[in-house]
Parts: sequence; structure tokens; C-alpha cells
Amino acid sequence: MAEVSVRKVVKEYDGGVQAVKGIDLDIADQEFVVLVGPSGCGKSTTLRMIAGLEEITGGEILIGGEVVNDVPPRDRDIAMVFQNYALYPHMSVFDNMAFGLKLRKFPKEEIKKRVDEAARILDIAPLLDRKPRALSGGQRQRVAMGRAIVRNPKVFLFDEPLSNLDAKLRVQMRTEIKKVHQTVKTTTVYVTHDQIEAMTLADRVVVMNFGIIEQVGTPQELYHHPATRFVAGFIGSPAMNFLPCQIVDGNGGGLAVRINDQILLPVPPARADRYRPYKGKKMTFGIRPEHLFEYHEQGRPGYERVDLKVDVVEPMGMETMVHFFVGNEPVCARVAPETHCAPEEMLPLTADMTNMHLMDGDSGKVV
Amino acid sequence: MSVTTVNAAAAKPAHISRRKSLHQQRLWALWGSYLALAVFVVIFLVPPAYTVITSLKTSAEISAQSGSPWWVNHPTLENFWYLITYPNFQTYYLNSIMVTLLTVTVSMTISVFAAFSLSRMGFWGSQTLSTGVFLTYLVPPSLLFIPLFQIVGMIGLINSFWCLVLLYPTLAVPFCTWIMIGYFSSIPKELDEAALIDGAGYLQMLFKIFIPVAMPGIIAATIFAFTVSWGAFLYPLAYLYTSNQMVLTVGIISDLIRGDVFQWGKIMAANLLASLPPILIYAFLMDYYVAGLTAGATKG
Repeated sequence: MAEVSVRKVVKEYDGGVQAVKGIDLDIADQEFVVLVGPSGCGKSTTLRMIAGLEEITGGEILIGGEVVNDVPPRDRDIAMVFQNYALYPHMSVFDNMAFGLKLRKFPKEEIKKRVDEAARILDIAPLLDRKPRALSGGQRQRVAMGRAIVRNPKVFLFDEPLSNLDAKLRVQMRTEIKKVHQTVKTTTVYVTHDQIEAMTLADRVVVMNFGIIEQVGTPQELYHHPATRFVAGFIGSPAMNFLPCQIVDGNGGGLAVRINDQILLPVPPARADRYRPYKGKKMTFGIRPEHLFEYHEQGRPGYERVDLKVDVVEPMGMETMVHFFVGNEPVCARVAPETHCAPEEMLPLTADMTNMHLMDGDSGKVV
Repeated sequence: MSVTTVNAAAAKPAHISRRKSLHQQRLWALWGSYLALAVFVVIFLVPPAYTVITSLKTSAEISAQSGSPWWVNHPTLENFWYLITYPNFQTYYLNSIMVTLLTVTVSMTISVFAAFSLSRMGFWGSQTLSTGVFLTYLVPPSLLFIPLFQIVGMIGLINSFWCLVLLYPTLAVPFCTWIMIGYFSSIPKELDEAALIDGAGYLQMLFKIFIPVAMPGIIAATIFAFTVSWGAFLYPLAYLYTSNQMVLTVGIISDLIRGDVFQWGKIMAANLLASLPPILIYAFLMDYYVAGLTAGATKG
């Protein structure tokens, strides 16, 4: 087990396209770090550079304190699980898992012991004699994980390992992966574009966009204290609502967020000093759907009423998503399932301003 | 009530007739296919059938004016027995086997290594080289045998079957490499990456992963190399002229046609005996051959 450091790493392809633009990241020993971001953000390239499958254009990668820029993949002591499993189709499950150990000339008894142990952890012991084509998607993914576990490497690398599975199996395998990490405690770098996977699995999440790291933090930090509009919009489902706004003077010497002529929402007094320098500037108001809910007479400080015309109603069972438009901007609220709402009707809502976010209109930085 | 009955009666036959016409269309298409196939089968099977029939006749029966050429009155295996016990024919057969085995081995070794490096190692110019390999295949062998004659002469291999071992791979390697490039390219890239991470070098990757996974393609390419070597006529005709060096294709005609005397019964029997190895190989490996060709065609 080891720590992984990525220092000022750049990846430039032929033609000058930069996939990764000088990122810095330190991953602690035994930590589970998830790289998340949209397609083309550089997350898989970063993982492949750590694996040694892509050459680094600039910067340094360290595994266990050693610079591995020029070390071939086999000598980095890493194991990788691929999106399409990459099992050797002509080998049995046992041989697939034992392949790396055989190449490293482990004794037969040791190989058998390790494969049996991994098979027990992953619950695939009865499948050891089968060929990959005789396995389901979930079983194949377990075998791919088993192949990584038996090597007992310094670092596990996962490249979107659940993307090929159906939704139900994905949730099940997510738990399995977390359980395996809790058992073997190997440093893990996991790439996904699914923010729910990132939030549920990670000790820390790295949000990437256009080849740079937007923010690194625990899932709770990213959710409650996003650093940029991109992170605020990417983390959380449904996504945060964004509305262009201005900070103006409110009642009683306080500040208020002006969305349009009808909507003026007082800023909580605790944030007044922080937001005062942005008065009159072009800003973006952000609020998550769960902080926009049905109106109750008995409010709390920071709860402000806002009335919006319903566009679409999506009952989900334990909650209902209601969609509106404020100007041309879509807005989503998460209301209790018993709330009466119908398209084209006005619905009184509560905006929980204690959980509001304010972003610079140009840079997108949260202030 | 009566109106309802009339409507129902009118609707039912229309529905059925549509289904019937679809069925009939399919029937016509099937019969058409069978007819076309029957024509092909007749065209392709008449020569071998005639060969079998003639090989079972005595020379007297073949040259007799009476009787049908499509019927054997006094079947005999004397032509086959003659050839099996005829030392020259045994030499041709052994030479053919030797040349073919060596050609297949040399061609496949070169092709597998070439295809692996061209499709997987991604070095500078590999794409151009791949195209170049295929373009080489398009040069007709009949254009090459005269300049090659000079080269073979220079290295002193005229009238030695070893010249064929040297020359046949020039015909087989481009096509085999092309098939193998297609096959290797169809293997997911993650498989090599997984092998690299598991600790394999390029040679281990080739022998432990690529060759077993690409076995249908390798068999298809092997059959092609075999066919090229076993059936080639022009090169042995041009370069070999003594019986001890000849292979089956030229040995049969040079030995069994003396002046204007054609020993048809023996020629036909020799053809059948010479066809035996390809027939056996095709019969056992046909499925692999077709699978391999398809992969090469779609991915190449």
C-alpha cells in the first residue's frame, strides 16, 4: 500500500491538444479517491498516466514516494479494473486471476491460496472453472476485481468499472467495491462520470473539468461548499438551480438577492458582510432543489416565500419533483408527495436562504 | 346481424390472403435460392465427378469410343495403385509436403509477428507499412516470376525445391499478415493493457494472449498459406525440371503426359490423391476458416 502524488502533470496529444493541464493531487495511503467529471475532462487520462498506460508530457507521478514517470506498468505494482472487464477470454476464471501471479513466478500453492481468498471475498468461488463467456456482467466485474485483489498491489485503479452494468447491478456492485476496500484497505483511485458513484464511494472526490481540477474534497464538502458553479451544478441530483441575480439593499439595512422585479429574497444576516462587496455586480444565485420546497405558515429564520407557476410535475414516490421557469431559466423544487400541484397553477414555495449559494457571474467562483 | 356477418367474412379473407402472399413470397425466394444453388453445385461438381469417374476406368475403357464417359463399366483401382507404388509420385508428394510445411511455418511466423507489431505496437509509420503490406499482395505473381528467376539463379537455387520455400512466403505473407492485422485489431485494446499491468512483456502478451484469442484468424491464414503452397503451378513449372525436385502440381503433368500421350486415368487419380490433403484440412477447419476471413474482411 502506498500514497500517490500527481505533481504538475500535463498530457498533450499530437496536434497540441491538452487533455490534462498541469494538475496537482496527493492521495494518502489507504485512501479511496474518486475522479469525477464529464466526458473529455481528463479523468481517465489521469488514471491511465498513473497506471503507466499513457506517457506523461510534463510533471511527475509518484507512487510510494518514488517517481514512476519512466517505470513500465508492470513494475509500478498497481492493478487496474477496466470498464469492459478485459478478461482473457480463453482462460478460466482461476487462470484469469492467477495470470499476473504466474508471470511473477509465484509458487503454485501461494497462487492457489491467494485466488481462493479473493474468490471468497468476492463470492465467486463456484465460478473458478468457468470461462468468462459463461459469466454474467456482474460476475465478470467481480472476476476483474479478483484479478486486481490477488496481486495485493500498492494501488488499485478503477476505470469506470460499473458503466457496463444495469442500474440495479451497479448499485449492488458499488456496495461490493466499498466492502472490498474496507477489507483490503488498498489505496484506490476510481474514475467515473457518475456523481452518485463518486459521492457514495469516495473518501475524497476530485472534480475535473477541461483538464483541470475544479475542487478536491469530501463528498459532504463538495455538496455543501462547492468552490465553483461547475462543481455546484455537477454534484447533486437533480442539479442545483442557477438564476442570474443582483445583490441589492434589502429591508432593515440588510441585503437581498434580486432575481427579477417580482422575486426579491433577503440574504441571511450572517452572510451580509461576505456578500456586500458584490453589491450591484452580475452574480448567479444557486439553490438546490431540496432547499426549495412546499410553503408552510410556520417558517424559520431564512425561510422565504416565493410563488412560481408549475410547468411539469414528476412524482417519484417518496418525493415529488416540480419544475418551473423563472424567466428562461429552469428551476426544480423537491416537495412532499402529498403537496397538491398541477401544471399551470401557482405553487407557493419556501426558499431556504440559509443554504443559498452566490457565484460570480463571470468567473463562476462561489463567494 | 347479417351486415355484421358480411363484414366479418369480408375482413377475414383479406387478412389471410395477405399472410398467404407473404408465405408465398418466401416460398418463391426459397425455390429461387435452391435453383441458383443447384446451378452452382452442378457447375462446380461436374469436374470433380468426371475426375472420380475417369480415375476408376482402365485406359482401354477411357479410349473406347462406345459407352458413356459418365459411367464406369469396369471400375478398377489400378490407377491409384500404380501411383502409390510409383517412386516418382512418392517423391513429388513428399516434396510437396515438405515445401508446404516449411512455407506455412515460415509464412505464419513472419505474418503473426508482423501483424502483431503493425496492429499493436503503434510505432511511427506502422499505418503506412500496413497499407504497403496489402498493396504487395496486389502484385500478380505471374509478373514476378521472371525477375525472381534471375534472383533465384544468382543464389544458385534453380531446380531445387528450396527456392519454393523461399518464394512462396512472398505470396503468402502479405495476405496472411493482412488477415492477422484485421484479427488482432478486433481484440480489445484493454486486453493488452491488462496484460501489461499483470506483468507481461510484448512477447508474453503475443504468445499467452493474442495467439490463443486469435486462433480462428491464425487457422484461416494457415489454410491460405497452405493453399498457396500446395496448389502453386507457375513457380515450380518455371524453376524445377528434374523429377527428384518436382512437386505434385508439375510432377503429375510432366510425368503422366508423355509427348502427345495423356494417361488420363492416372492423371485423374493423381489429381484426386493430390487434392486429398486440402480437402481434409478444409473439412476439419472450415468453420474457423470462414470466421477468420470474415474478421479479416470487416476489421482490416
